[in-house]
Amino acid sequence: MLIDTFQLLGAATLKAFAKLGRGTFFLGHALCGTGEVLWRPRLIVNQVYFVGVLTFLIIAISGLFVGMVLALQGYYILSDFGAEEMLGVMVAAALVRELGPVVTALLFAGRAGSALTAEIGLMKATEQLSGMEMMAVDPVKRIIAPRFLAGFLVMPLLAGLFSAIGILGGHLVGVGLVGVDAGAYWSQMQASIDFQDDIVNGVIKSVVFGFVTTWIALFEGYDAIPTSEGVSRATTRTVVNSAFAILGLDFILTALMFGEN
Amino acid sequence: MQHSKTADTLVGLFVAAGIAALFFLGLQVSNLGDWFEDEGYSVTARFQNSGGLKPRAVVSIAGVRIGRVTSIRYDSDTFQSVVTMRIDRRYDRIPDDTSASILTAGLLGEQYIGLDPGGSLDYLSDGSEIEITQSAMVLEKLISQFLFDKASGTQSTPSATAAPSTTPPHTEPLEAPHEE
Repeated sequence: MLIDTFQLLGAATLKAFAKLGRGTFFLGHALCGTGEVLWRPRLIVNQVYFVGVLTFLIIAISGLFVGMVLALQGYYILSDFGAEEMLGVMVAAALVRELGPVVTALLFAGRAGSALTAEIGLMKATEQLSGMEMMAVDPVKRIIAPRFLAGFLVMPLLAGLFSAIGILGGHLVGVGLVGVDAGAYWSQMQASIDFQDDIVNGVIKSVVFGFVTTWIALFEGYDAIPTSEGVSRATTRTVVNSAFAILGLDFILTALMFGEN
Repeated sequence: MQHSKTADTLVGLFVAAGIAALFFLGLQVSNLGDWFEDEGYSVTARFQNSGGLKPRAVVSIAGVRIGRVTSIRYDSDTFQSVVTMRIDRRYDRIPDDTSASILTAGLLGEQYIGLDPGGSLDYLSDGSEIEITQSAMVLEKLISQFLFDKASGTQSTPSATAAPSTTPPHTEPLEAPHEE
């Protein structure tokens, strides 16, 4: 009875470590393939279309509404202290430091990550990956590496678009609706937001999230049990694990980046 | 990919928009624009107390931003705070008897250096020092000064507004004679 419990625990731990090991090997294999893919940019362009362009709309709309809500809520709080001029700083700092990278990565995992997992999982289920191996084409280099590179490149662009659209949305509500001075909105923002500390750190965050999310999505698809049920479970795991990884890493990165101040 | 041309165009537009957004964040939202400003010249000033002044604080004259504070250090010989500021080159006609004071933007705002131009015909140049300075106001000192003034004021005119009591409340006489 007691032995069974320990046995279950041990099996689960070993399984988790084995998966982590497979994931690391997979990552190394995919990274080795990226060098060759650079000579075939057409593969990357196609993936940027699937991963980036098709995700753009949800990013733009979410960014606009997040910026507008931030401006409205921020205005209600700041007007209690008579500090409405700081609205631009609040909106921009919140977006550039945290919400831009994190919300973009969560949406990216839901929109693009799940699609990648399902695509690769189905390729495995229909034995397309095995077919490639039979033709002496390395599926990790041909299929995985371009998707990996595309996800990695697209995330900072999407996060930048999210933040920029959010700040414009904040301007729309802050200046247009509740009447904060437009000059104060921009000048206070420029005076307080530091390029190195805020913008560059936000971009670094989004690159890290893009890396981790794409890795999880591709590995879950590659490692899926090749049945309909297995692919559906892998897709769910992609979204859940990506969300955990993004939020956990965000805390660590924030503590490292903004700790000294 | 069936519509390869359309997809290529969309990818191109997407990448261009993403890069434009990052540029927008750099130039319009943050202070990166300042990095491209002309180098300007350095001027120092010594303050008894530089309060909450920080590097990168604004230096303004007549309300116009003309430069930024580059460094603040402590001079252990004179027990003063030495503030170095960099002023844009185009503002090269500031009289050398200009005075510098540390001011606060609004009640809760950041501290900045305000310059009041003097009447001299010689101008500040690279490395020159502003002689006349006024330290930052420290809120605690102001409040205690205000309380001392108020305490001494009520004693000198006892029957101003309050009920004509012959003995003032017993907290005031402790401080008032000290101030007189």
